[in-house]
Amino acid sequence: MAESFGRAALVRHGVRAYLLIVAMWVRSTLTYRASFVIMAVGNAAGSGLEFVTILLMFSHIDTLGGFGLPEVALLCGSSATALGLADLLLGNVERLGSRVRDGTLDILLVRPAPVYVQVAADRFALRRVGRLAQAMVVLGWALTRVQVDWTPGRVVLVAAMLLSGAAIFGAIFTLGAAFQFWAQDAAQVQNSFTYGGNAMLQYPPSVFAKDLVRGATFVVPLAFVNWLPALRLMGRDDPLGLPGWVDFMGPVVAAVMCGGAALAWRAGLRGYRSTGS
Amino acid sequence: MGLYAAVARGGFRRYATYRTATAAGVFTNTVFGFIIAYTYQALWAERPRLGGYDQAQALTFVWVGQALLATVALAIGGGLDELQERIRNGDIAVDLHRPADLQLWWLAADLGRAGFQLLGRGVVPMAVGALAFDLALPADPALWAAFLVSVVLAVTVGFALRYLVALTAFWLLDSAGVAVLSGLAAMFFSGMLLPLRAFPGGFGEVARLLPWASALQVPADVLLGRYEGAAVLGALAFQAGWAAALLTVGRLVQSAATRKVVVQGG
Repeated sequence: MAESFGRAALVRHGVRAYLLIVAMWVRSTLTYRASFVIMAVGNAAGSGLEFVTILLMFSHIDTLGGFGLPEVALLCGSSATALGLADLLLGNVERLGSRVRDGTLDILLVRPAPVYVQVAADRFALRRVGRLAQAMVVLGWALTRVQVDWTPGRVVLVAAMLLSGAAIFGAIFTLGAAFQFWAQDAAQVQNSFTYGGNAMLQYPPSVFAKDLVRGATFVVPLAFVNWLPALRLMGRDDPLGLPGWVDFMGPVVAAVMCGGAALAWRAGLRGYRSTGS
Repeated sequence: MGLYAAVARGGFRRYATYRTATAAGVFTNTVFGFIIAYTYQALWAERPRLGGYDQAQALTFVWVGQALLATVALAIGGGLDELQERIRNGDIAVDLHRPADLQLWWLAADLGRAGFQLLGRGVVPMAVGALAFDLALPADPALWAAFLVSVVLAVTVGFALRYLVALTAFWLLDSAGVAVLSGLAAMFFSGMLLPLRAFPGGFGEVARLLPWASALQVPADVLLGRYEGAAVLGALAFQAGWAAALLTVGRLVQSAATRKVVVQGG
């Protein structure tokens, strides 16, 4: 069997397993319909309140850090959409720590499906479509309000921004999970970079200290989620004065992040010793 | 009384066990503190004295909020999801037979938890905030003492609210949805997202009368010296009033639940 054929079959098998597990959890979620609706609405309201806070701020001011409401809304909507996608598809990898702690990860190791797929699909939380929907409404509103001369290239830029943003957040979720193979109780740390990152990316980079923006560009490359492409879209300069081509590097950064996350995950899984050993 | 003190000590020790989780929480609170502090800096630069706070006071508000986030357990959880689970699976029947008051037992455990989280999760973010930003922390020890009393009352109000949420499990079985919605209301109306004094007009005034204001807005204002002289006592009385009212409602709901509802499996 050719190597490439084997790999393709492996990927197909993994995706199939993911979809099967997700379908199972969706069925189980929809058994308690009222509960699901409340949770989805709550999930949407949770991220909605962050935007309401920004609206409250703009009831007192016209610009924040030199950006008007539609521009801030664009940052908000794009970051929350990227996070919402990543959170929906594989946000539950953060539960890995508790599985390591109580030893239930062992069960996943003996099943005939990739462990990562099982962990990512574990307790698939359909309610998170709430956050995603809310984010997309804000993004849609912002895109109609922001002054942009739309060309096909710019449409592609927006699509690439959202997808690579989701991939970057997904890689951070995975890195955080891999970290939990060692630090089992530290699930909170990755929240700083995912939810915390989202909280930061909602505001223009001009609001933050230069060093923080540098850290969010070169150390944890959150700036590629939306800051750099969105600033380019709106015709704004980035505060670090990076060369123009950097704005389009989102997909590359996302690919590198995903590669790194995959390596970290493998290293973590290889180093895993079950509880009590 | 000795019993409840022991329960409170147990609550403290229980949370003190998870050192990595505490360190991770401190890290997260600190990161969020920085992010929010920068956005407030931009907001207050645009509108100085918004809500009657100067910039240093607004930044202090941010870091008080991060220091108290885990202590008052605004978001869901804070140990009471365990009570909720015991109601759902019927273990509550055993608890009701114990020679201890259910509400006081959980209140004592929650105060112990809050005591640990104030020390373990509150002090470090506050110190980092004070080092990184110019904060308006008072030098007057009386203000700090009043602040501590206010925090205890804040925890009690937060507990009373979460206790009510947990009790809904007697009727709903799955009260996760109620917990989420009440957690969101608490985040928003406590001033955690934006100080209630910066809410526009009448909306802000109403928000400041709701119980959630006791959780952050009032303690922060006490520390910032927004209440002059005897007005501090008024602020503490506001919190104590909500605490008493909500604890009483909790007792009424609890007695209604235990009289009418058949325990799971019973």
